[in-house]
Amino acid sequence: MSKTLLDKVWEAHTVRTLPNGATQLLIGTHLIHEVTSPQAFGMLRDLGLKVLYPHRTFATVDHIVPTDERVEPFSDDLADAMIKALRQNCAENGITFFDLPTGKQGIVHIVGPEQGITQPGTTIACGDSHTSTHGAFGAIAFGIGTSQVRDVLATQTMALHKPKVRRVEVNGKLAPGVYAKDVILHIIRKLGVNGGLGYAYEFAGSTFDAFTQEERMTVCNMSIEGGARVGYVNPDNTTFEYLKGRPFAPKGADWDAAVARWKATASDADAKYDDVVTYNAADIAPTVTWGINPGQAIFIHEKVPFASEVPEKDRATAEEALSHMHLKSGDPIKGTKVDVAFLGSCTNGRLSDLQEVARHLKGRKVREGVKAIVVPGSQGVASVAESMGLAEIFRNAGFEWRGAGCSMCLGMNPDKLVGDQLCASSSNRNFKGRQGSPTGRTVLMSPLMVAAAAVTGEISDAREVFGVK
Amino acid sequence: MALEKITQVAGRGVYVPGEDLDTDRIIPARFMKCITFDGLGEFAFYDARSFAKADGQVHPLDDARFQGASILLSGSNFGCGSSREHAPQALYRFGIRAIVAESFAEIFFGNSITLGMPCVIASSEDIRAIAALIESDPAALLTLDLTEKKISIADTDFPVTIADHAHEALVSGKWDAIADLLEGLDAVKSRANALPYMAA
Ligand code: SF4
Repeated sequence: MSKTLLDKVWEAHTVRTLPNGATQLLIGTHLIHEVTSPQAFGMLRDLGLKVLYPHRTFATVDHIVPTDERVEPFSDDLADAMIKALRQNCAENGITFFDLPTGKQGIVHIVGPEQGITQPGTTIACGDSHTSTHGAFGAIAFGIGTSQVRDVLATQTMALHKPKVRRVEVNGKLAPGVYAKDVILHIIRKLGVNGGLGYAYEFAGSTFDAFTQEERMTVCNMSIEGGARVGYVNPDNTTFEYLKGRPFAPKGADWDAAVARWKATASDADAKYDDVVTYNAADIAPTVTWGINPGQAIFIHEKVPFASEVPEKDRATAEEALSHMHLKSGDPIKGTKVDVAFLGSCTNGRLSDLQEVARHLKGRKVREGVKAIVVPGSQGVASVAESMGLAEIFRNAGFEWRGAGCSMCLGMNPDKLVGDQLCASSSNRNFKGRQGSPTGRTVLMSPLMVAAAAVTGEISDAREVFGVK
Repeated sequence: MALEKITQVAGRGVYVPGEDLDTDRIIPARFMKCITFDGLGEFAFYDARSFAKADGQVHPLDDARFQGASILLSGSNFGCGSSREHAPQALYRFGIRAIVAESFAEIFFGNSITLGMPCVIASSEDIRAIAALIESDPAALLTLDLTEKKISIADTDFPVTIADHAHEALVSGKWDAIADLLEGLDAVKSRANALPYMAA
């Protein structure tokens, strides 16, 4: 024994060793979307190849869809061409497409789990770096480039080198008002934005054991922001409960057999790791970013750092960050004026995120002058949230309730920051220009912190704003 | 598919300093609204270049002295962020044929190798030294020699490193894996048959 989940899944999916030493790894599930797939289908056509396993390929449209006016043709010709290309590629190749009219469309990393496509012990690839999200189910999930999308379409495999495994353990109970988002921002702050290079992160410990499936997804989602292409949590009853009854989950006798297999894929108690780090949940407070990468993060009660305080190799980036963000070293981050509040994305656009915010937001109002939008991660999330009355709570508070998509997470659709607006955002990247305006400023935080910023018009401690105890 | 064996890249150099230069900066998302990679070259580092222009400065990629450069030098964690192949594609289509940096983000690195664009690692001192040489003589020829694992400029050699598998893939002309992968199709099918979730 002594194997990690990664060892076991890797072994079960190894086709052969390629002449250059790489593994030809079988990719059981291939998820595709409109931005990174059209060129791959083009390459396939050029090579005269076909999709090998259309029934293991699933598509959705998320990055470019408008979230307000969703009538086709879209006013943006390029966006319209992209959805049409995907539609045609799926139809020609017999690929299931969770298209806009299906009621199942949404962000690819929300749709996969929601449909029960994402399963333990499987391998998953998608032309999108946040594919690590699916690791929350004990899958090994990779973000890939377009040439690899072509490889997976044509051969259902790709050439890969096995990563090392670092066990990232968090133990204990999080304080009220501290969320999974704070945990992952804290981990990235500690290990660095490239600390995970060459590693898969196995997230473990009592904090993860107690997490819901959706909280685990929030953490795995941002593995890549710490440089780890793969992040996973060992599957357990929480995972199985979540999957049971979902459209693509095994049924009847197959279900029991699947659960038995899934249980066996978890890391052995005596598994060997290449590295182990441990954190205490009690040491983590609500965290926000102050800079232009997700590792530039501080607790809400901390001050914006001086460039001279950071390690020398990070100093130039810190200076660049301070100037881009118009923040002053030594000032508290709390109280920084906010123009936009964005609640959504594959990190925090799931039902439990909206529920947690709505519970506190009820009866409160968005501060005048703040543009606040909620973008549910999928049509599925949106319709349940609407039937539960959450949409109404958000609307009454002054949030715009939008249709499902990536939206302002990356501003490829009409939802963009304008000029140097500062956005309190539940998304995963605060890179320069990420939210659609080259000078736009992004501050990453948990969904409830976004709501607190919306209500007060400034970066705030949600625990104080909503009396969270 | 016989591919060119990439053992050497020669050309002039251009230094774009900075750490953690992410894929959103290499190619801002708004330029990814396309269904082919054609024409992406002009958008490489688009925002950084227009900021420089607005500030009355010249971004290295727009600097007349470095026009036509094909070897890009930069800092650490180059290409972090998105898996978008649009990033290496934009650089390649801009005319870049090799990148020298202190370190590379993993997905970017893999995407670049698949295009036959070597990404090699050099120390920060050496990168600065090469940058200084380029600055003093922008016409100087840089030669990246993958066999010898060194980069040379003006009679000076600097050591570089590259992961063995990528090195092997480039010098043996197997940097695009598709041909190898296709050869294994029978084995792929039998592996898939052994996995219950792969059943139709
Ligand atoms: S929500 Fe953001 S991070 Fe997630 S897939 Fe969409 S653009 Fe990428």
